[in-house]
Amino acid sequence: MKSFTQHTGLVVAMDRANVDTDQIIPKQFLKRIERIGFGEFLFWDWARRDDGSPNPEFELNRPEAQGASVLLARRNFGCGSSREHAPWALEDFGFRVIIAPSFADIFYNNCFKNGMLPIKLTENVVDELFGRVAEYPQYQLTADLQTCTLSDPHGFSMPFAVDAFRRDCLLHGLDDIGQTLEHEDKITAYEQTHP
Amino acid sequence: MAMPSSENSPRTLFEKIWDNHVVHAETDRQTILYIDLQLVHEVTSPQAFEGLRLAGRQVRRPERTVATADHNVPTTDRSLPILDPISKQQIDTLRNNCQEFGIQYYDLDDARQGIVHVIGPELGYTQPGMTIVCGDSHTSTHGAFGALAFGIGTSEVEHVLATQTLLQNKPQTLELRVDGQLRAGVTAKDLVLYLIGQITTDGGTGYCVEYTGEAIRALTMENRMTVCNMSIEAGARAGMIAPDEITFDYLRGRPFVPQDFDAAVAAWRQLPSDAGARYDKSLIFDAADIAPQVTWGTNPGQVVAVDATVPKPSDYADPTEQKTAASALDYMGLAGGERIADLQLDRVFIGSCTNARIEDLRAAAAVAQGRRVADRVNAMVVPGSGQVKQQAEAEGLDQIFTEAGFDWREAGCSMCLAMNPDKLAPGERCASTSNRNFEGRQGKGGRTHLVSPAMAAAAAIAGHFVDIREWK
Ligand code: SF4
Repeated sequence: MKSFTQHTGLVVAMDRANVDTDQIIPKQFLKRIERIGFGEFLFWDWARRDDGSPNPEFELNRPEAQGASVLLARRNFGCGSSREHAPWALEDFGFRVIIAPSFADIFYNNCFKNGMLPIKLTENVVDELFGRVAEYPQYQLTADLQTCTLSDPHGFSMPFAVDAFRRDCLLHGLDDIGQTLEHEDKITAYEQTHP
Repeated sequence: MAMPSSENSPRTLFEKIWDNHVVHAETDRQTILYIDLQLVHEVTSPQAFEGLRLAGRQVRRPERTVATADHNVPTTDRSLPILDPISKQQIDTLRNNCQEFGIQYYDLDDARQGIVHVIGPELGYTQPGMTIVCGDSHTSTHGAFGALAFGIGTSEVEHVLATQTLLQNKPQTLELRVDGQLRAGVTAKDLVLYLIGQITTDGGTGYCVEYTGEAIRALTMENRMTVCNMSIEAGARAGMIAPDEITFDYLRGRPFVPQDFDAAVAAWRQLPSDAGARYDKSLIFDAADIAPQVTWGTNPGQVVAVDATVPKPSDYADPTEQKTAASALDYMGLAGGERIADLQLDRVFIGSCTNARIEDLRAAAAVAQGRRVADRVNAMVVPGSGQVKQQAEAEGLDQIFTEAGFDWREAGCSMCLAMNPDKLAPGERCASTSNRNFEGRQGKGGRTHLVSPAMAAAAAIAGHFVDIREWK
């Protein structure tokens, strides 16, 4: 698994709630049997006009969003399908941090497995960050997983909560399966008592 | 971390199943939870099998793993080759992986093939008290049997294949109690759409839902599956219903149930939540308040009664909700304020793991019998499995549908997610018995309204939505 310790990057604001995984990566791209190369299909339907040309209105297509690696969105980000292709596409596109008031459970979990950090903050703080993106050109945020703080160069600093185990795995890029297999004796014992 | 509940204090159904599957728990660590059954399909598994191969790992319990192809399969004549080479490759990959790792696979030419959430219960793999996972969010369907069943990502699919366990944080419990009786014409689909409308599309996030109450107890097994299926549309990790005689009667005699069925039933009877067991949250509803439901927007929580009008953005106080409603209306080609019954349809889709079991098809056929699909409407029926198809044909339902002008298809997910050639054209408006009305879900630019099977059939015939309670 990929590790994550600290990341500073350009923020793109996506002022939308309930962004579902069908939007993040539409089904026609789920036919591939590889794990890589999904970035170019990210938000396919929103990013293109009907004739296939780039949609200049779409958040990620705007000039000021080029090179963004921190995604700021509204509540319930990543709802819908369990497809891990969604975090694969976001990560492949270049995102390392996603900030929202809430995430759908499966998506949230899938992010950690792919070296991306989803950060939950209150609606108020998220509102403030939307304001800051609008206020400061080329607005950047730094997410530090060691100290669990999110900060910017203009005086914003906010702690965020993350499950200790997931934090540990992400900081050290630990392989979940390898970790579980360290307890293989317990799995075997369980199987013997629960045939 | 929450400590495991004591076996002596009253426990919920969820807690009993959870406690019974803990392999290892320690403070500040996710629990290692044993998984009894993993269901596998072609779309979310190739990378998991590839991961196993790269790490030189085996499938720990191939006999606890069952696979079929459903998402990406054609629903036209099965004797013809699959035209899309990438779809074909994905299905071939699953077949090869199952062979390599010794996993039971139901192939396209097998009558037992079908949507994974339809065939698991149908074949008796799904049983009360089990932990069940699948790389698919609608795994919550299996909770209808009193199982703890939830969707996982591909990395987790690989984790379960390799270890037969999963790392989990214990979810909180949410009781959704529906008292009283559903009114005539109101179905399980309406019930669950109503609940999602009430608690909203993320109201269940972080929870395992248990549906309780008289209206839930009265549902048939297939209807219970419809309800649990859509738990994820409220954001819930899982949805479950306590097993009872209806559950046991459904399972008795199915191919993969325990050999000593009576002993199994005796154990399953211990599963329902104890009197006095506490949920983290409980919400109570009255079945009599529920009318047939129709979604108007682009998430399943954007739903109203069939005799209502489409809301306007100004009906909402919160600015984010206003914006969400405005963009949903825009996508749906609606202004707000239209009567639901005035919405004209181009397509009707009866299918999916929500509503493509035999009872669903019977309900739709009862409405369609002796009628004709409206000229402007293209309607299709896609059975949930090969066995559902056979049963429907034995009952003559296919005749009723085809005589009425519905297209009768082979089993699969089909236009529920439109990964195969079955899809909406941009701007087409569709009444669908599936579970997601997301933008583009049934085809780019397609406009989906979620309804029950009877409502979908009636809409096909009338060419617009009708209140099934007034259908003669
Ligand atoms: S029928 Fe639809 S929701 Fe169900 S498994 Fe298939 S694609 Fe998913």
